[in-house]
Amino acid sequence: MKLLTHNMLTSHVKGVSKGYPLLIKATEVKVNEVEFNPKFVSRMIPKLEWGALVQAAEGLGQRQDLPGELVSDYEQNDDFLKKVHRVLLEVEVMEGCLQCPESGREFPISKGIPNMLLNEDEV
Amino acid sequence: MKLKELESCLQQVDTFEEPKILLEQYPTSPHIAACMLYTIQSTFDDIEGKLVADLGCGCGVLSIGAAMLDAGLCVGFDIDDDALDIFRRNADEFEISNIDLVQCDLCCLEAEAYANKFDTVIMNPPFGTKHNQGMDMKFLRAALTMAQTAVYSLHKTSTREHIQKKANDWGVKMEVIAELRYDLPASYKFHKKKSVDIQVDFLRFSTT
Repeated sequence: MKLLTHNMLTSHVKGVSKGYPLLIKATEVKVNEVEFNPKFVSRMIPKLEWGALVQAAEGLGQRQDLPGELVSDYEQNDDFLKKVHRVLLEVEVMEGCLQCPESGREFPISKGIPNMLLNEDEV
Repeated sequence: MKLKELESCLQQVDTFEEPKILLEQYPTSPHIAACMLYTIQSTFDDIEGKLVADLGCGCGVLSIGAAMLDAGLCVGFDIDDDALDIFRRNADEFEISNIDLVQCDLCCLEAEAYANKFDTVIMNPPFGTKHNQGMDMKFLRAALTMAQTAVYSLHKTSTREHIQKKANDWGVKMEVIAELRYDLPASYKFHKKKSVDIQVDFLRFSTT
């Protein structure tokens, strides 16, 4: 699971009103090289929940010097875009789980795939 | 990448070992997948550098093709862990890194959480036959919520009128890009013929 995907995932357990952001409890994290596409990264930035991204990267010990606030004019700032590229697409959680912030329900991550399936009584 | 080249790469993608009838797991042939993706990119420029979702991705032939055509990232969604396991192995074998996977149930997906997050949604949804009536429309509804630009999907030609009516109701534009003959090899025991051709529409939905 990449952090771009994590940034979009929400827990929909019955009764939960704000299942976001999911807390990542990782036991294995990998960093895989992905080709850098500055245009793609700058197009993704306005869609992101920036705080959730920084928090996720921090929790995995992968934040490095990613700023807490989004910088202005980032489209021209390749240095900044490369940092965002790295946390969005290169850092991957392979094993662990995602925890719903409200219900505490854990969604397992196995071989890099988060399992968001709910039981019948949770829908 | 040329169309022929894409198709021959996609021939290396492994598919379902034991297809599950309840999930209507029919593979998308490498030929159809390649033609779809090639058209989506060359005619509409909706893959390269885009955030793409593949709903009901199965073993991943569409996602892997989209990744090969340089999608920014393609996220595959499927309910079935056996299919996702094969998908992951395929992605590893191709050494593709612009791909991600999520296991979830698309029938009860709260698509609102993903509203307009993706540029493009590609899918070969269950046709919604037998035990699955209406499943194709559930997938389509979710896809339209998730996509900012366009949804590309395969549907039985016999349902075209119904889908057009729904598209009108939802205020989205529907175009028939191609009519295909979908060669459905006999995947299940109840199939008496070796294979049947069914008429399938390759459709594009857009919000503007």
